[in-house]
Amino acid sequence: MEKKSKSLWYHAWEGLRRDKVAVISMSIIGVYFLLAVLTFTGIIGSDWSQAIGDSYLAPGSKAFFGTDIFGRSVALKTLKGVEMAIAIGLITAIISTVIGVILGLAAGYFGGKTDEVLVWFTTSFSSIPYIMLLFAVMMVLGKGTQTLFIALGVTSWPGLFRLIRGEVMRHKEREYVQAASALGAGHVRKMLKHILPNVFHIVIIQFSLRFQTAIKSEVILSYLGMGVQGTPSWGTMIDDSKLELARGVYWQLSAATVAMFVLVLSLNLFGDSLRDALDPKLKGKA
Amino acid sequence: MNLWSYIIRRLLYTIPIILGVCLIIFAIFNLTGYDPAAQLLGKHATAKQVAEVRRELGLDKPLAEQYFDIVRTAFTFDFGRSWTTKQKISDMIREGAGPSLAVTLPSFVISTVMAILISIVVAFYRGKFIDRFLVVKFVGMMSIPSLAYILFFQWFFAYKLGWFEISGFERSFPEFLPYVILPIIIMVVLSIGPDVRYFRTVILDDIYQDYVRTARAKGLSERVVMLKHVLKNSMIPILTYVVIQIPFLILGALLIESFFSIPGLGGMTVKAVFDNDFPVIKAMTILSAVAFIMFQLITDVLYTVVDPRVRLK
Repeated sequence: MEKKSKSLWYHAWEGLRRDKVAVISMSIIGVYFLLAVLTFTGIIGSDWSQAIGDSYLAPGSKAFFGTDIFGRSVALKTLKGVEMAIAIGLITAIISTVIGVILGLAAGYFGGKTDEVLVWFTTSFSSIPYIMLLFAVMMVLGKGTQTLFIALGVTSWPGLFRLIRGEVMRHKEREYVQAASALGAGHVRKMLKHILPNVFHIVIIQFSLRFQTAIKSEVILSYLGMGVQGTPSWGTMIDDSKLELARGVYWQLSAATVAMFVLVLSLNLFGDSLRDALDPKLKGKA
Repeated sequence: MNLWSYIIRRLLYTIPIILGVCLIIFAIFNLTGYDPAAQLLGKHATAKQVAEVRRELGLDKPLAEQYFDIVRTAFTFDFGRSWTTKQKISDMIREGAGPSLAVTLPSFVISTVMAILISIVVAFYRGKFIDRFLVVKFVGMMSIPSLAYILFFQWFFAYKLGWFEISGFERSFPEFLPYVILPIIIMVVLSIGPDVRYFRTVILDDIYQDYVRTARAKGLSERVVMLKHVLKNSMIPILTYVVIQIPFLILGALLIESFFSIPGLGGMTVKAVFDNDFPVIKAMTILSAVAFIMFQLITDVLYTVVDPRVRLK
C-alpha cells in the first residue's frame, strides 16, 4: 500500500483554511479581484466619466458618495480605481518577482564570480534609497501609466534577490539536487524544476508584500504628478483632495482611503497568515 | 581578526559599492537616451542652444568621462547648480539640512523610544489579547497611505482646530517649534507601526532561544528574563535597524516637508521633481546613496563592537 505523503502546500492550505483571519482577508482580496475584472471588462463602472450632478455634491440620495469637481460620481471612480490598484499591484509584483527570482537563482546556484558580481550589483542598487531611485527612473522614462508599472517593478527586487539567493545556496548541495545531477539534469532544469519549487514559498510571501507596497507607492507618485493618467486611481483621488478639504469636501479622500485601507490591510493580514503557514521555521511557535 | 583591520577592510569595500552606485546612476541618466538639455530648453530650442547646454552639462564628452564626472561628485559633493534657483546645490543642501533635522530628529527619537517600549510590552504579553490587539492596530495604521495621514492631520488639527500652524517655518529657535510639532506627530504616527512590528519579531526570536529557557529554569522572574536577558540581546538587531535610518533623517521627510512648506531637503527634492530640476534630483540621488553606504559601514562596525561573536567570522 502506498500512501502519498502530504506536501508543504497541502499543510499550508489546511492551516490557512483553519485560520479565520486568513479566510476573511482572502475573501476580501477575492472580491477586489472580481471587481477589478468586472471594471476591466467594462461590465460595471464604465460610465464613471459621466457627470451625474453638480460639482461637489455631498453624499446623499442623489450621489451615494458625493461628486467630484466635474460632478462625477465618487463611488464609481472609487470602483473604477480598484482596477488600477490591482493592475499596479499585480504587474509591478510580477516584474520585481521575475527579476528577483532569476538573479537570486543565478547567484545562489552558480556561486563564485557570478555570485560576486550579482551581489555587488544588488548592494549598489539597494544603496540608492528606493524613493530616489523611483524618482530618477520616472524622470528619465517620462510620465505615464506604463512608466509607473516599470519604475515600481524594476526598483523593488533586491529584497527578494537576497532571500532567494540565501535559500538556493542552502539547497543546491542537498541530496535531491545531487540526485537530479546524477540523472543528467542540466543547470536550468535543476534550478527551475528542483530548487525553485522548494523556495517558492518565499516568492509567494514576497509577492503579497510587493503587491501592497506598490499600491501605496502609487499615492506618493500621484502627489508628485507622476501618477496614473486618464483613468481614476485612488492615488490621484487622494491627491485631488488636497484642494478640496479646506472647502469641506472630504468624500473623495475618505472613499479612496477606505477602499485602499481595506485592500492593503487584507493583503497585510493575508501575508502574515501565509508566512505562518508556509515558513517551516516558525512552525509550532506562538 | 583585529578590529582595526576589520574597519579598514570594510572601508575599502565601500569603494566598489560607490563605483557601482555611480554606474547605476550613470546608466539611468546618461544611457537611457534621456536628454536633459532638450528638457531644459523646451521644444523651441535651436540646435545651437541644445549643443551649448549639452556642453555645459558635460554631455558632449565621451561616456567614460561622463561616468567619472559622476564618480567625482560622489566624493567632492560638487553637484553644480540648480536649474530653477541657479543656486549651488551644495549650498542648498547645507541650508536644507537644518530644517529637515528639526522635523526628523525629534520624531526619530520619540518614535524609536516609544516603539521599543511598546514592543517590550507586546512581547511580554505575546499571544494574549493586548498583543493581538496592538499588532492588528499597527498593521491597520500601516495600511493607510501616508498622504492620507498628512492631508487629514493638516486639515483637522491645523485648519479645523487651529492648534498648529498650517505651514511655514522660522529659522530661529524656539520660533520654529509651532511649525514642526504637527509634522513631528505625523512622522511618529507613520514610523511607529513598522518599528513595533520589526522590534516585536526581533524580541520574539530571542524569547525562544535556549539561554532564555535556562534563565527561566534558574527561577528568574519573567520580568528579569525580559529586561535583563532578552532585551540586551535584542538590542543588537534593533541598534542596526535604528542606525541605518539616520541618513534618511538628513534627507528629510519628502511629503511632510513639502506639505508644511518646511525648507528642508525633502521639500527641496519634491520641488525638484515638480520642476524637472535634473541636477538636483541627480545630486540628491548620489548624496542619499553615499550617506546610506557610510551609515551601513558605521552599523557594521558598531555591530562588531557590540557583539564580539561577529568578529570571529
